[in-house]
Amino acid sequence: MKSLAGTGALVRLILRRDRIVMPLWVVVLALTPVSVASTLADLYPTVAERQAYTDILTGNPAFLALYGPVFGSSIGALTAWRLTGTVVLVGLASLLTVVRHTRAEEEAGRGELLGATVVGRQAPLFAALIVTFSANLLLAALVAVGLVGFGLPAVGSAALGISWAALGWTFAAVAAVAAQVTEGARAARGIAITVLGLCFLLRAAGDAGKRDWLSWLSPVGWSQHMRPFADERWWVFALFAALVAVLVAAAYTLSARRDLGAGLMPPQPGPAAASPWLRSPLVLAWRLQRGSLLAWTFGLALVGAMLGSIAQGAVEVVGGNPQLRGVIEQLGSSSELADVYFAAVMGLLGLVASGYAIGAALRLRSEEASGRVEPVLAAAVSRTRWATSHLFFALAGPAVVLAAAGLTAGLTYGLSAGDVGRDLPRVLAAAAAQLPAVWVLAGIAAALFGLVPRFATSVGWGALAACALLEELGRPLQLSKRVLDLSPFAHVPKLPGDDVSAVPLVWLVVVAAALVAAGLLAFRRRDVL
Amino acid sequence: MNDNNAISVSGLVKTFGRTRALDGLDLSMREGEVHGFLGPNGAGKTTTLRVLLGLIRVDSGEARLLGGDPWREAVQLHRRLAYVPGDVTLWPGLTGGEVIDLLGRMRGGLDPKRRADLLERFELDPKKKCRTYSKGNRQKVALIAALASDAELLLLDEPTSGLDPLMEAQFRKCVEDEREHGRTVLLSSHILSEVEALCDRVTIIRDGRAVDSGTLSELRHLTRTSISAELARMPSGLDGLPGVHDLDVVGNRVHCQVDNPALDGVLRHLTSFGVRSLISQPPTLEDLFLRHYENAQRAGRADWAGAER
Repeated sequence: MKSLAGTGALVRLILRRDRIVMPLWVVVLALTPVSVASTLADLYPTVAERQAYTDILTGNPAFLALYGPVFGSSIGALTAWRLTGTVVLVGLASLLTVVRHTRAEEEAGRGELLGATVVGRQAPLFAALIVTFSANLLLAALVAVGLVGFGLPAVGSAALGISWAALGWTFAAVAAVAAQVTEGARAARGIAITVLGLCFLLRAAGDAGKRDWLSWLSPVGWSQHMRPFADERWWVFALFAALVAVLVAAAYTLSARRDLGAGLMPPQPGPAAASPWLRSPLVLAWRLQRGSLLAWTFGLALVGAMLGSIAQGAVEVVGGNPQLRGVIEQLGSSSELADVYFAAVMGLLGLVASGYAIGAALRLRSEEASGRVEPVLAAAVSRTRWATSHLFFALAGPAVVLAAAGLTAGLTYGLSAGDVGRDLPRVLAAAAAQLPAVWVLAGIAAALFGLVPRFATSVGWGALAACALLEELGRPLQLSKRVLDLSPFAHVPKLPGDDVSAVPLVWLVVVAAALVAAGLLAFRRRDVL
Repeated sequence: MNDNNAISVSGLVKTFGRTRALDGLDLSMREGEVHGFLGPNGAGKTTTLRVLLGLIRVDSGEARLLGGDPWREAVQLHRRLAYVPGDVTLWPGLTGGEVIDLLGRMRGGLDPKRRADLLERFELDPKKKCRTYSKGNRQKVALIAALASDAELLLLDEPTSGLDPLMEAQFRKCVEDEREHGRTVLLSSHILSEVEALCDRVTIIRDGRAVDSGTLSELRHLTRTSISAELARMPSGLDGLPGVHDLDVVGNRVHCQVDNPALDGVLRHLTSFGVRSLISQPPTLEDLFLRHYENAQRAGRADWAGAER
C-alpha cells in the first residue's frame, strides 16, 4: 500500500497539532452524559417522579421535535433521550477535525510540502480519519465507563457510547468526501455541516409528525434508534458501518482521481478587469462574504420552513395524547402549545445564526493571518474602515438570516394552522428577538480580534459552544441562575407569547456595541500580525 | 531630520517577545533615488517596511515617510505610495485582473494604459482565479498593481522572488523606467546582482541594524580591489608595501587584494617590474556584503570566546 506510506508520521503530526483542542472536545462531550444522568437521578429518584417529568417534557412539541420520543423512564433512557440534540456536536467536532487536516492543509499549501516527502497520496486522508475515528472510540469508551461508574447498566452505557461514536464516524466520513469535492476548506466545511443539519431536520420532522420512515433516513435518527437503555437494537450499528464504509470508499476513489490541491470541478476563468463597483473594502467584503451569506440565508429559510410546517403536527401529536391532557390544560389552548414550540425553536435558531455571525466576524482574523489584509491596509484604507466593512456583515447578516427563517417558519405554520395574518408576525418577531443576543456573540468575536488576535478564532467559537451547552444542558444540570445568565440568550424574551420588555434587549444591544467598539479601538492601536 | 528625504528613520527598535527584530536601525533615502535595502534573511527588512507602512508600531526611534508619520497619517501617506509584499497572498476567488483593479482603486486610481502594457510585459493572464496562480504569478499581480499606479514612492519587498529570469529582466527594465520618471523606489532584496544593477544607493542591514550605507562607489572606496598581474621579471618587496593583502606570487604572476587608498603605490611598484598584463576588479557588492557578514561572525565568535573566559 504505497499510497498510505507515511500515515503513521502524519497521525503523530495531527496529534501534535490538536493536542489541546481534541482532548478538550472529547472530555467535555464525555462528561455530559454522566452529569445529565446524575442531575436526573437527584431530581427524580423514583419511577413515578420520572414518569411525571417525562409527561411534562413530551407535552412540549418543541422537545418532541428536537429530542424525539422517550423510550423508557429509567435514568439511562431519559439521559439518552435528553442527549439526542447533543449528539450533533459529536458529528460537528468530527467533521471539523477531518476538514482541518485534509482540505484546509492542501489549501494552505502545506499539503504540498508534506506530499513531497515520503507520504503516500492517500496518507493525509487516512491519517485524518484514523485520528478522528480513534477520538470517537475514546469518547465512546469514556461515556460508557462514566455511566457504568455512575451505576447504570453496562449494556445501555456501551450502546449510548457506541451510538455517539458511530455518528462521529459517519460525519468524519461525510467530511472526507466533502473535502475531495471542493477546492476551498470553507466550502468543504459548509457542505458537511449542511448534510449534518439536514440529517438533524429529517429526524426532527420524522419525530414531530410521527413519520418514522423520515427519521430512519437520517444517521442522526439511527443513533436514537439504537435505543440505549431501552431494549438496545444493536443491528442499527450495521447501518452505520455500511454507510461509513461506502463514504470512505467514495472519498478514497475521488481522492485517487484528482490532483493535489484541485477539486473535482476544473477552475473557470473569471473577468479580466474588476467591475466598477469593486473599489472599496465594503464591496470587497461583500465579494468575500456573499457566498456564505446567501448559503446561510437559503439554508435557514429552509430550516424555518421545515420547523414551521411540522409545528402543527407536533402540537396535534402532543395535544392528542390523553395522558398529557392535564399538562396541556395547565398550558392553555393548543395555540399556546405552538407558542411554547416556537419559543424553543427560535432560541435554537438564534444559536445557529450566531454561528454565522461569529464566522463573519472572524473573517477579520483569517484575512489578517493569511496576510491578505496587508495590501488593503497598504492602500489608502484606514484600519477602522476595513474592519467595519467585515463587521457590517457580522451584524447585518444575522438580521437577514433570522428574518429568512422567521418568515418561512411563520408562513408555513400560518398556512397549516390557517391564520397567516396572525401567526406570521408573531413568529417573525420571535426570530427577530434573538438578534440582540446574536450581536453580543458577534461583538465578542470582534473584541477578541482586537484584543487577543491569536486566540480570537478558538475562543470565539468556544464562546458559541459554551452558550450552546448552557442553553442545551444548563437547566437539566440545575446550574445556578448566575451561570445561566452568562449566556446572552438567557435574556431574550420567550416569544411568541411572553411579555416583551425592552430593557434586557436594550442592554444586550449596549453590551454588543461596547464589545464591537472595544475591538475596533484595540485593533487601531495594535500591530498587524 | 531632513524632510526632503522620502524616508528617514533613526534609532528604530522593535521587539517581538524576546526577539529584537530592529535594534536601532537608521535609514535615509532621498527623493527620486532607487535605494537598495540589503540584508540576509531575518535581518529586519520586512519589519522595517511594515513600520514604514504603519502596520506595526515601534518601541522607540523615529520614522518619517514622505514627510509624514507612517503610524498616524497612514491613510493619507498610502495614497502616495505603492507596496509589493514579500509574500503575496491573494483572495482565492478573485481573478488577477480584479485584484489589480481593486488595489489600484483603493489607493486612488491606476493608469489603464500602463496596466495593459504591464500585463503584456509580464505575460500575466488576468482572467485566472488567484487560487490557481503560482507564486511567481501572484508576485506579478502585486507588481503590476504597484507599477500601474502613479504613486511617487514604491516600497518593494523582495519583488523578484519566484520570478523567472526573463521576468526578472522585465522587472529591472520597469524599475529603470520608474527611475527615469522620477519615482522613488526602496528595493529590499538579498539578490546582490539586482541591487547592484538597479540601485543608486545601498543600505546594508544585519540583525536589525544598518551596518553600512552609501553609494556603491562610496562603499567600494572603503574596501579592496583584486589585482592579477603578469610581470616581465620576478617581483620583490610586494609584501612590504602597505595595504597589500592575500599576496600570492607564482613565478612572474602576482595575485593580491589591495586597499583602495594604497592602489596607486602598489601599481607604481608593479610597473617597475614591467607589466605584461593586468586585471583589476572592483569589489562586487557580494564582496562587501560577505565582508560585513564575516566580520560580524568573527566578532560574534570573539564575543563567545570572551564570554567563555
